[in-house]
Amino acid sequence: MSELVDLNRAVMARNDELARALREDLAAAGTVAVNLMSAPGTGKTALTERLLTGLLERGTPAAALTGDLATENDARRLASTGAPVRQITTGGMCHLEAHLVRDHLNGWLPTGTRVLIVENVGNLVCPAGFDLGESLRMVLSSVTEGEDKPVKYPTAYRWADLAVLTKTDLAGPCEFDEDAFLRAVRSVDADLPVVRTSARTGEGVPQLLDHLERLAAGVAPAARRG
Amino acid sequence: MHEMSVANEIVRSVRQALPDQEVLAVTVQVGVLAAVVPDALRFGWEVATAGTPLAGSRLVVELLPLPARCLDCGAEHLTHRPPPNPCPGCGGDLMPVGRGRELRIGTVEIEDGGPTAAGQEPSQ
Repeated sequence: MSELVDLNRAVMARNDELARALREDLAAAGTVAVNLMSAPGTGKTALTERLLTGLLERGTPAAALTGDLATENDARRLASTGAPVRQITTGGMCHLEAHLVRDHLNGWLPTGTRVLIVENVGNLVCPAGFDLGESLRMVLSSVTEGEDKPVKYPTAYRWADLAVLTKTDLAGPCEFDEDAFLRAVRSVDADLPVVRTSARTGEGVPQLLDHLERLAAGVAPAARRG
Repeated sequence: MHEMSVANEIVRSVRQALPDQEVLAVTVQVGVLAAVVPDALRFGWEVATAGTPLAGSRLVVELLPLPARCLDCGAEHLTHRPPPNPCPGCGGDLMPVGRGRELRIGTVEIEDGGPTAAGQEPSQ
């Protein structure tokens, strides 16, 4: 004989609860976290460099956590901006989880930090399921990756708050069809805002900086969690 | 392959809720956009349960359809695949209404080890 027991419990409950607590702790300290998600090579680190530099120039204290499977190369690169940067080496794990972020922030995040950029492991599949306590989730893809990234990775786009197109300075040589890209975004999420950026020319960077500053000041629309 | 993390979390959760029961099967409900591949999760289940009291139990994956509304004709339909999906009525784009992110442990089938279990003869 056997019987059925209804557990009715969210699989991610433990991560989601940690993430919610982390978001509240960060908010109490006046910090907002931003989760950057993309495939490897899209330009998360280059954009993070631009954002850290820009925020510091505007007098907004900013810091970054950067996830990587094996190396500390990204942290070394980002440290040249002058912002506090810490590497999370996952030891092969394909995504960041809330407890990793919390453990790396404990005793490290400088008091007064307004914006914390969390650069996820380069992967558009696995990180999508893990809330890291962020207030804004950005999904990035570059013009060199083609127009159909959003329909190939619908979960990453559907759960994001903002889509960022990177390397727009290369759009011409790549014959990138921006209208097709925007149609692909709309087909997954009709309301997802899209920002065009180039870490090389600086296109779109001021717009993102404005958005982050509004978010830190509590005036930007809240993330579309749910 | 984060399905391994997901499988480990399900094992942990079930063992915590039902520490003393013999588990036969666990049902997991997965949304269309939950970022979980059922086959990878079933494989992860074998690995995650090995050497635990849940070894040999079945993992049943139930896919939850995602409600969507046609951007052209406004009709509502249930979709079973990630967007884009065409409207069965007019061919327009179906836009998901929710986020399809459900990932829940539903029912767990356990061996009934109570006093009335089969095999126990009435004393007479």
